[in-house]
Amino acid sequence: MAYGIRLSVSGDNACFTRAELKVERVSYDIMTPSAARGILESIHWKPAINFIIDAIHVLKPIKFQSIRRNEVGHKAPAGKIKTAMNRGSLEGLQLLVDEERQQRASTVLVDVAYVIEAHFVLTDRAGPDDSVGKHLDMFNRRAARGQCFHQPCLGTREFAARFSLLPAGQPLPKAIDETRDLGLMLWDIDHKAKDRPSLFFMARMENGIVRVPAPGSPEVLR
Amino acid sequence: MTVLANRYDFAFIFDVANGNPNGDPDAGNLPRIDPETSKGLVTDVSLKRKIRNYVELARGGQDGFHIYVEEGAILNDKHRQAYRALRPGDAKVNKDAKLNPKDDAEARKLRDFMCLNFFDVRTFGAVMSTGINCGQVKGPVQLTFARSAEPIMPLEISITRMAATNEAEKKQRAEGSEEGPERVDNRTMGRKYIVPYGLYVAHGFISAKFAERTGFSEADLDLLFEALANMFEHDRSAARGEMAARRLIVFRHDSALGNAPAHALFDRIEIGRNVEGEFKAIGNNPDTLSPARAFSDYIIRVDQDSLPAGVEIIERL
Repeated sequence: MAYGIRLSVSGDNACFTRAELKVERVSYDIMTPSAARGILESIHWKPAINFIIDAIHVLKPIKFQSIRRNEVGHKAPAGKIKTAMNRGSLEGLQLLVDEERQQRASTVLVDVAYVIEAHFVLTDRAGPDDSVGKHLDMFNRRAARGQCFHQPCLGTREFAARFSLLPAGQPLPKAIDETRDLGLMLWDIDHKAKDRPSLFFMARMENGIVRVPAPGSPEVLR
Repeated sequence: MTVLANRYDFAFIFDVANGNPNGDPDAGNLPRIDPETSKGLVTDVSLKRKIRNYVELARGGQDGFHIYVEEGAILNDKHRQAYRALRPGDAKVNKDAKLNPKDDAEARKLRDFMCLNFFDVRTFGAVMSTGINCGQVKGPVQLTFARSAEPIMPLEISITRMAATNEAEKKQRAEGSEEGPERVDNRTMGRKYIVPYGLYVAHGFISAKFAERTGFSEADLDLLFEALANMFEHDRSAARGEMAARRLIVFRHDSALGNAPAHALFDRIEIGRNVEGEFKAIGNNPDTLSPARAFSDYIIRVDQDSLPAGVEIIERL
């Protein structure tokens, strides 16, 4: 990649929830490509560009911890909001947490650090004045100064991510010395298709580095 | 109501004395603790709950400051004033919106309605099911777990109650008592957990770009900081002990996207132990220091020198 981006991110905790374990959340062993894309998009994104994640480097040993919290098992029903709008009163439009309470445990990662390697492609919504170079410059400028659209997070918003840009030419920090299969992992969610199906890939960590298959490649499983 | 146009990052420092700031349901309500470092934790949702409760108390029933995620115990039975219906002409548009197959416009309207009326939706966001897809409001304010500056040492305190819960229990005690009926007391043993002292730090982030979407204004920001400063004053209970907001250090960026990495700003805040007026960094302390038992055992330093251009420090507490 002549013009890739390399962003280092770290934090005290992270939770990249497994697609099959959502209620009592259990995190994947490492950051998913979909979460990495979300982090990049929180720094700079326009509909004209798409981020493609090439690799994820794992810089710290994989450790888990369990946290149980009181959560609410409920969403705001649109019907009720509409009724309140039409009636012109907020009566009955609230959520009583002690009646909707669910205690759920999350198994989260502890003390994580990654390097995200990625590049851009232009989408069909790119205008005449969109170029890869322009957006790459914008991204690099923002990331180097610590600017962001909103503070990126490691899976869920209570786990904020520290991020810093690794300038081109600077050697990458050393990944952990571990090679293993991570099994079937979420690659990303297909937001264009009906019902937004999840796409998966067989993740394998080679000396701490997970290569991510390109979009449309046969390794991406539906 | 000017919508926020600057990014803010803040560090909120609070302490607890002889109380349990946040119990862990997995550990029988022991104070939460990070098992690897023994540092205490307070979850983000625990702090958000207190912010909501404070706003409910301070702005109860005012237009635009309702709380969506409520605790039933709050005196909410006050008659809520009917609020200005938003643009009365819109109701018809809503009915027509059913013709719109995508329903996106209507979903947006519902979201705007919620943001306009509910402080917590405007601040922290909410997930709404709109039937078609799950419309989400991401709030501008993001809070992290609070962590204690040093490892905490939870104590288990056994307590007794001089009463039985019911007749049956009383009878059982009388029969089980060895000294005969004249020595019967109805005591029940219970236990509570306390942290003798802990100083906690939580980090928060406020995105101006998300504030645009939910209409989170400068006035809301003021209220949020007011809530952080005062929320423990209205959250007294037997379990909490003495909790107090000690410092609220706000970094204001003069642009929406920010002018410096948040972690670099937070690194300017140093918490150390007070050893006869000297600042002593908290590290792998040799055990010469006695355990901290008061806020005066700590010194908080904020490095004001050579701030990145466009960042100013506002100390709200």
